Amino acid sequence: MNDQAQLLPGTLDLLILRAVSLGPLHGYGILLRIGQISDNALLIEQGALYPGLFRLVRQGLLKASWGTSENNRRAKFYELTVAGRKRLREETDSWNRLAAAIASALSQQPEEI
Amino acid sequence: MKLLDSLRFRMAALFERDQMHAEMEEEIRSHIQHRADDLESSGLNRAEAERRARIEFGGQEKYKEEIHEALGGNFIGGLLQDVRFALRVLRKSPGFTIAAVLTLALAIGANAVVFGIFNGMILRPLNVPQAESLYGTEYGNNPGWQSYPNYLDLRDRNRSFDGLAAFSFVFPGFDTGKDPSGSSGYTTSGNYFDVLRIQPYLGRFYHAADEHGPNSAPFVVLTYAFWHSRFQDDRGVVGRTVFLNKHPFTILGVAPPGFHGTVAFAFIDFFMPMVNEGQLYGGSELDKRGSNVAVFEIFGHLKPGVTLTQAKADVNAVGAYLEKTYPQDFSHKSTTLSRQGLTVFGGAVTAFVAGLMLLAGLILLAACANLGSLFAARASDRSREVALRLALGSSRKRILRGLFTEALLISLAGGAVGLLGSVALLRRLSTWQPIAAAPARLPVVPDAKVYLVALLLAVVSGLLFGIVPVRQVLGANPYEIVKAGSSARLGWRITVRDVLLVVQIAICAVLVTSSLVAVRGLIRSLHGNFGFEPHNAMLLNVNLAMAGYGSDLAPAMKRRMFDAMGTIPGVEHVGWVNDYPPLAYGSNFRSNVYKNETTDLRQANTAATPFRYNISPGYFEAAGTSLLTGRSFSWNDDKGAPPVAVVNREFAVKIFGSVPQAMGRDFKLQDGTRVEVVGVVEDGKYLSLNEDPQPAIFLPALQSPSSTFYMLVRSERDPEQLAAAMRSKLRELDAGLPVTITTWKTVLSLVQFPSQMATVSLGVLGMMGAMLSITGIFGMAAYSVSRRLRELGIRIALGAKRTEVLRAALGRPLKLLAIGSAAGVALGILAGKVLAFIVYQANPRDPLVLAGVVLAMLLLGLVATWIPAQRALSVDPLILLREE
Repeated sequence: MNDQAQLLPGTLDLLILRAVSLGPLHGYGILLRIGQISDNALLIEQGALYPGLFRLVRQGLLKASWGTSENNRRAKFYELTVAGRKRLREETDSWNRLAAAIASALSQQPEEI
Repeated sequence: MKLLDSLRFRMAALFERDQMHAEMEEEIRSHIQHRADDLESSGLNRAEAERRARIEFGGQEKYKEEIHEALGGNFIGGLLQDVRFALRVLRKSPGFTIAAVLTLALAIGANAVVFGIFNGMILRPLNVPQAESLYGTEYGNNPGWQSYPNYLDLRDRNRSFDGLAAFSFVFPGFDTGKDPSGSSGYTTSGNYFDVLRIQPYLGRFYHAADEHGPNSAPFVVLTYAFWHSRFQDDRGVVGRTVFLNKHPFTILGVAPPGFHGTVAFAFIDFFMPMVNEGQLYGGSELDKRGSNVAVFEIFGHLKPGVTLTQAKADVNAVGAYLEKTYPQDFSHKSTTLSRQGLTVFGGAVTAFVAGLMLLAGLILLAACANLGSLFAARASDRSREVALRLALGSSRKRILRGLFTEALLISLAGGAVGLLGSVALLRRLSTWQPIAAAPARLPVVPDAKVYLVALLLAVVSGLLFGIVPVRQVLGANPYEIVKAGSSARLGWRITVRDVLLVVQIAICAVLVTSSLVAVRGLIRSLHGNFGFEPHNAMLLNVNLAMAGYGSDLAPAMKRRMFDAMGTIPGVEHVGWVNDYPPLAYGSNFRSNVYKNETTDLRQANTAATPFRYNISPGYFEAAGTSLLTGRSFSWNDDKGAPPVAVVNREFAVKIFGSVPQAMGRDFKLQDGTRVEVVGVVEDGKYLSLNEDPQPAIFLPALQSPSSTFYMLVRSERDPEQLAAAMRSKLRELDAGLPVTITTWKTVLSLVQFPSQMATVSLGVLGMMGAMLSITGIFGMAAYSVSRRLRELGIRIALGAKRTEVLRAALGRPLKLLAIGSAAGVALGILAGKVLAFIVYQANPRDPLVLAGVVLAMLLLGLVATWIPAQRALSVDPLILLREE
């Protein structure tokens, strides 16, 4: 548990978009998928997912529809819209640039400056 | 598009809130079920799996709230929730709620009333189109424009006005054929209605083209109110003939409902052309340039683009031209122009209303301070509840919103109650006729602006006192509070509440000072020396012209009336004065007076412009004016006798140097008549109660006859009996005489009206201030006692004396009271300088007033701390220590 990292503010939306980009998922499924693709390295309180989901639907990045899950239960499934896909690409690029910049800044050794 | 979408989404979110909510719940349930399925497959039983799943999900309510926020449509839903919650909280403490609502109702009501007066008197004095560009001369301020020829010259020579109209007052007998009675009207220039740009309600108005010289336009236009009350809304009145002082006039039309002439507080009956004025009194002033009675005021709309300064310069240029052309008849004094409607009272009314608004604003501020400290006290009492809510995951924002909702609910309820009261009061005020004999009322009907201002005040004050506990909530640390409980912090720390209480008490002390100053001023003005004695004096007003007595018959009739009054048992003295006695209705005539040696009688050479009264023998005795030296008039001072005068002390000193020097000396009137001074009387008040000593001359009435006069009858008999006896005597003389009989004191009510008005309003505001300070101190003292009950109990248990307990419990509120009152009295003395303008003989440094204020504040403190003190003394340590 203790080696799980706290999420940076704003990164949850990006993770949701990424999880859903691999195929339609319901809320719990998204949580599992994030755990799976991040090797369970991130700490996400389960409920915290939902405000993000509703926000993304409102912004038109996700669309939701009710269906039946693999457990044969009623569940709401989310999938990316065209705008969502575009946003995921942009956000991924800018995250990568930011992460690279920060990684580079942190890995500099004193004598290299 | 994006904006529209978002808006639609928000609306949808709002209206489909319940559906959204259900969906949200189902989704969360589904999530937990899925999680429980997983946990179950890892070996837990179903019940345990579901329990774990719910725990892992986290605070459902918190997330639902966040989802609502994410959806944005939450605001109104949250607001409704807040309102419901606030109502529940307020219902739990009805005493607090009622006290708070009433406090605000009083404060907002007072402000709404004062604003209604401001709105009616100053913002909207005349109900005519484009009233803001309507400017004119003020009566009495710049004598010179009051003659008809001068008006014509000003009208034709100025380049600043879009037409100039003139008007004056008439009070003829109005006869529709069956019930003749007194009436009040305007004589106006023919262009009056056209200059005002108004249209008739019925029939037509007269116009400039209807006038063709003196007595050429025998028309009247009725005011709507008069048409309603006298003619019962009969639409057939147009074209009918009525008689004014027995002369036929044709009714042309009816003026629109909201219009009652061009003096805001005069509510007259009709309008008639000025050119026909001569018919009413058997003689006309219209051709006399030197006369100052034909025109009351002149006004018109400024032409577009002309500034007030330019217009003044223009009018003064015409004045200079007229003075050069007619030096004999016209002396020009620099003229100022003012907004039409309030005439000479404009300045005083504005100052008075401004003063009222200031005081009413202070009341509201004091009320806000009061409620602010109550709210702060409540917030700290509720700190445990707030801490619990914070600990359970409520946001500070949400708690603050709750507090503000409570404050606004209270202020809106208070505003509504206050507004209802003020509307009722304003309606009463607008129909109230303060002076029995004069058609004057206050134009203060509440309108939309008043409602708006009340609403605005309610919201602003709600925010004002709602903001007080904010810091307390923001700084609250839930863990500390829950651990420590609500025990009091000891020691002297100055809190917001203390400051608020001091401010509030200071404001209240100012109000109490003002009202005491005003009351003292009124008492003094009622017992001041007027130069005559209004007690035990009756005034008999007769217009002989109205009853058909021409100038040939009038003098004999007056003498018969004089003799008849003298025969009534109990009557000590009788006398009459032509036109009006001193201080009656603000109407007085002044005359130009020249020194005996002056030969060039141009207006610039006048030695004085004294008030002029034409009096009968016996007048001074009847009026109670004491003769300092010389003689008064006898029946021999008639037309055949040499002109003589009695002057007052001020005139004697001003013209001749001293009282003895004046005796037997001469002065000249405008027409060159040489008049000898035969007596000197004491000074008096002639036009208003707060005037400086003014010169006055008294001439024999027998030497200048007039058809309107007041007869003074002095007697110690009961006024009603005396009036009845006078009436029956007059009926013996002529049953058809239109007479009015009043006591002199009644007639004085007009001049006393402003200071009475000031006293009543200041008294009311002072009482409200006193009440607010009682509730303020009471709240503070009660709170301080209840917070320290445990400590007091321990003190009593350890053997503290009663005085020590009281000091511990109430020392602080009383200290604050002392600081606040000291500041308030100091401010009150400063404010008294302002009061002196309004209230006659107001002097705030009056030792009696100071003592009164100190006493009043002490009493207030005593009353307000009495109950909390009793509670502190009755503390039973055993019971207290067993609790908690």
